Amino acid sequence: MSAMARNALAFSEDRGLLIQLLGKGKELADSLGGELNVLLVGSKVSDPGELAQYGSKKTLVAEGPGFEDFSVEAYKAAFLKAVEASDPGIILIGATRRGKELAARVAAALDTGCMTECLSLEVDEEGNLVGERLTYAGSTIATEVSRRAPHIATVPTRAFETPEPGEGVGEIVKLDVSIPEPRVKIVERREKAKGDVDLEGAPIIVSAGRGFKAEEDLKLLKELAEVLGAKVGCSRPISADLGWMEDWIGISGRKVSPKFYLACGISGTIQHVAGIRDSQIIVSINEDANANINEISDYSLVGDLYAVLPALVKALKEKVE
Amino acid sequence: MARIIVLLKDIVDLTEMKVDPETRQPVTEGVKRRISEVDKRALETAIKLKESGEGEVIALSMGGSGTRTALLAALAMGADAAYIINDEALAGVDALATSKVLKAAVEKIGDYDLIIGGEMTLDSLSAQVIPRLAELLDLPQVTYVKEIELGEGALRAVRDLEDVDEVVEVELPAVVAVVREVNEPRIPSLMNIMKAKRKPTEEWDARAVGLSAEEVKASSSVEVLKIEAPKVDRKRIVIEANTVEEAAAQLAEVIVSEGVLER
Repeated sequence: MSAMARNALAFSEDRGLLIQLLGKGKELADSLGGELNVLLVGSKVSDPGELAQYGSKKTLVAEGPGFEDFSVEAYKAAFLKAVEASDPGIILIGATRRGKELAARVAAALDTGCMTECLSLEVDEEGNLVGERLTYAGSTIATEVSRRAPHIATVPTRAFETPEPGEGVGEIVKLDVSIPEPRVKIVERREKAKGDVDLEGAPIIVSAGRGFKAEEDLKLLKELAEVLGAKVGCSRPISADLGWMEDWIGISGRKVSPKFYLACGISGTIQHVAGIRDSQIIVSINEDANANINEISDYSLVGDLYAVLPALVKALKEKVE
Repeated sequence: MARIIVLLKDIVDLTEMKVDPETRQPVTEGVKRRISEVDKRALETAIKLKESGEGEVIALSMGGSGTRTALLAALAMGADAAYIINDEALAGVDALATSKVLKAAVEKIGDYDLIIGGEMTLDSLSAQVIPRLAELLDLPQVTYVKEIELGEGALRAVRDLEDVDEVVEVELPAVVAVVREVNEPRIPSLMNIMKAKRKPTEEWDARAVGLSAEEVKASSSVEVLKIEAPKVDRKRIVIEANTVEEAAAQLAEVIVSEGVLER
């Protein structure tokens, strides 16, 4: 690895996220004065030529039956080949769960640092990579610098915008990877019920917390959602502990940024707040006047949601008519 | 008989940590330290595995002066022994350096079947130490585990990924990271809290695990420049009324005036 490596290398098994990485990766490669390259891995890689239009010079392809499953050791082997072939100073990896474990393992193999789930990234005067990321359960933002190349950062979905495709021309380079025998054997895959895929992009979200005493009571919130044209979300206990909904909103779940967020019966743990912080307007309905959610709300209504919600639906219907 | 090493980190109690309103920096001085929430569940997992067969649970932590007290909770829950790497020269090092130290400590403890930890600690949220340790030890890693059972020389686990639950099998030794959903950690009995103080606890510095603190520190490459709470810029208006109907009407008015119904 040359100390002056100027290229950027991007990887994510999630194509949408990968394209967001390419937008940022191009910018970072430009500030280093190098080129952007991309790695694709799979049993059969689809449409590798597509990525040149997002500024990728070389599309490095590791293809073969050994990559059918996302085996972290096989993907690491491909990654190390890609590093050899493209000499990156900066490596961006999509921060899915698989991506994060791969990034840490690749970083250890390259004996270099890694910054997890960066929300911003830039190159400083010394050519080091500076990133901002959440810490302390999402209550704070840390600014970190990686001082040794290759600098590795993982990037969550929607941290950076999806770039517009351009006219770029690139080349496809096949990597010859010797895949290690997988030590972790996948014996079964159980598909998960999909949560609401549009939650992150929803302009209006109403959300349920422990203030709801029974699953069927969620209908009170759903009636409000219908009047508002809102998506319905929830806090962690409603999903992880009670299983009433697929996904929860918060630092460990979905992160949302609607125009209007209504937290209903949600106390507002720092983990939940970290997932809604970018909302334009936050409203809370909570029985507890001292609930933390009120501290970060634009409007708080202290009251019993079982009485407030039907009254609110009625009042809104009158306004609409 | 399974010998399990559990990696634990003591962090500030996040429910008690405040943010300085002037500087917006978190105030960690003087705040009680506890074992990070997901690490505690890794410990509970290890204790359950021990209870389902026979074995030993060894707590291992890289920490500071408060770590010994924080780890009493681990010994009270059911860990059999605790090792702490406490070396002032290692303060503030990154995940890379931390995993090098833990690798050396794990090798000194030796003869293990399983290394287990939490997906991430809630202070740094880095989620790196477990896969890094697996790489340094050249062991298979099984991350994001929400269910686990031990068999003869092997383990079977369910990984909680975004799109699927993945059931995997791997021979031991292996390195495992659990998610919060894996279990609810037990609350130790008063008797076990008393017993904890008599369980073996050993503190090591870098040299005791065969490392030079200076070299480890020099290998650390990610540095935290600053930590700040984001500005909270909210209106914080409390809707007050004599009746629920009035309050709801006021909130409906807010919803209309904020343009929520316009599209």
